[in-house]
Amino acid sequence: MEITLEVNGVPHTVVVDPRISLLDLLRERLELTGSKKGCDHGQCGACTVLIDGRRALSCLALAVAQEGSEITTVEGLAGDGQLHPLQAAFLEHDALQCGYCTPGQLCSAVGMLAERGPSAVTEELTGEPELTAAEIRERMSGNLCRCGAYPNIVTAIAAVAR
Amino acid sequence: MKAFGYARAADPADAVARFRPGTMYLGGGTNLVDLMRLGVAEPEALVDVSRLPLSGIEPEGDGLRVGAAVRNSDLATHPLVRERYPMLARAVLAGASGQVRNMATVAGNLLQRTRCPYFQDVSKPCNKRRPGSGCPAIAGDHANLAVLGHSPACVATHPSDLAVALVALEARVHVTGPGGTRVVPMPGLHRLPGDEPQRDTVLEPGELVTAVTLPAPPPGASLYRKVRERASFAFALVSIAAVLDVAPGGTVAGCRIALGGVAHVPWRAERAERVLRGAPAGEEAFLRAAEAELEGAEPLPRNAYKVPLARNLIVRTLLELTP
Repeated sequence: MEITLEVNGVPHTVVVDPRISLLDLLRERLELTGSKKGCDHGQCGACTVLIDGRRALSCLALAVAQEGSEITTVEGLAGDGQLHPLQAAFLEHDALQCGYCTPGQLCSAVGMLAERGPSAVTEELTGEPELTAAEIRERMSGNLCRCGAYPNIVTAIAAVAR
Repeated sequence: MKAFGYARAADPADAVARFRPGTMYLGGGTNLVDLMRLGVAEPEALVDVSRLPLSGIEPEGDGLRVGAAVRNSDLATHPLVRERYPMLARAVLAGASGQVRNMATVAGNLLQRTRCPYFQDVSKPCNKRRPGSGCPAIAGDHANLAVLGHSPACVATHPSDLAVALVALEARVHVTGPGGTRVVPMPGLHRLPGDEPQRDTVLEPGELVTAVTLPAPPPGASLYRKVRERASFAFALVSIAAVLDVAPGGTVAGCRIALGGVAHVPWRAERAERVLRGAPAGEEAFLRAAEAELEGAEPLPRNAYKVPLARNLIVRTLLELTP
């Protein structure tokens, strides 16, 4: 089936087999290999991208269902030769070791910082909670890091959230 | 993954018209696409209903109408849900991850399949996946499976947090299908396994959930509590949605209790509720109520821990809800 979608601001019209995931479309067809395949079951978050501005798992999204979607991958975060503030903060705070989970962590954090409302650890449901370390940890729980770089990932995100 | 056809439905009637045997409706895909990749689900065609105009959350009478395609994150963060149905917001926020909640729909959440390890492994027998093939979980890995209402054919649990809260809130599920429209009450959408564990719900082939409506919030204070193996992004070992209304004299005027992680359905604890109504609110009555409910429990060797866990969770949650 033919679909048209926009990836990092560039329109693409592609013919896809209905079985192909958005992740495989990005990596294998559009040669955007920043998004990573970790578990391919929605459990690790390495494939996280933004779909219409919201963080989502590209491994569980069928490409064929993305007609008209605007996708942002890690390759689309930096602009005009400037790193995205989260990318700069990850470097500044040494928020990675092997780096395999980092593109997903970055896209997830960008999406997370744009989200409003409570999380599972928020005491008061009706206000806008401050993004404490506990809030960041809960909100980022869909992104695993097998190197265990979590403390510095939290520090880097907190630095941008302030 | 087996090849399948794909079509995007224009409206609910179009979706139903496109339904054929072997067709499945695609919502957020967070469970279905995974099951297809595992070979557990092998639809011949997908009808994509994720973009149907069913994404509104509107007041309706004293209650609320939630479209079937509302994303879990939009449900949990909606001002009316946070203000009037805090237990519902808490239940949704307790489930999955930020990314999954952004994708998953309300209907998909209710209709997700069990995470029983044998159901998800096509190299193993499973009565739910292949009726009549057997249930290896009963003699095998059933540490997270059912202690209430299971059958010799199936000991799976329903994994949803949302459904537990909806059972306690007595939500109604609006359905359209080849036979017309109907309303299915909760509890009542999900069914016990019996000798047909392949059927999770009472929905008929081709039926499509279009909305969930909530009556006015029941009087009293409410809580959703979830016990799991890690602090986030894990299914419940046991969870509870509880509403407790204590009269000025200290007796229980009303209560609703639903349990997750213990049965093939989000389990309404009717026995416990009967014990509690009119009883003096306090630890003694709460314990009696919990024990009355769990008298019917039939734990397996490796999930017997769920019985005291559920008992303690009921007592502790009700104590927290007592003014």
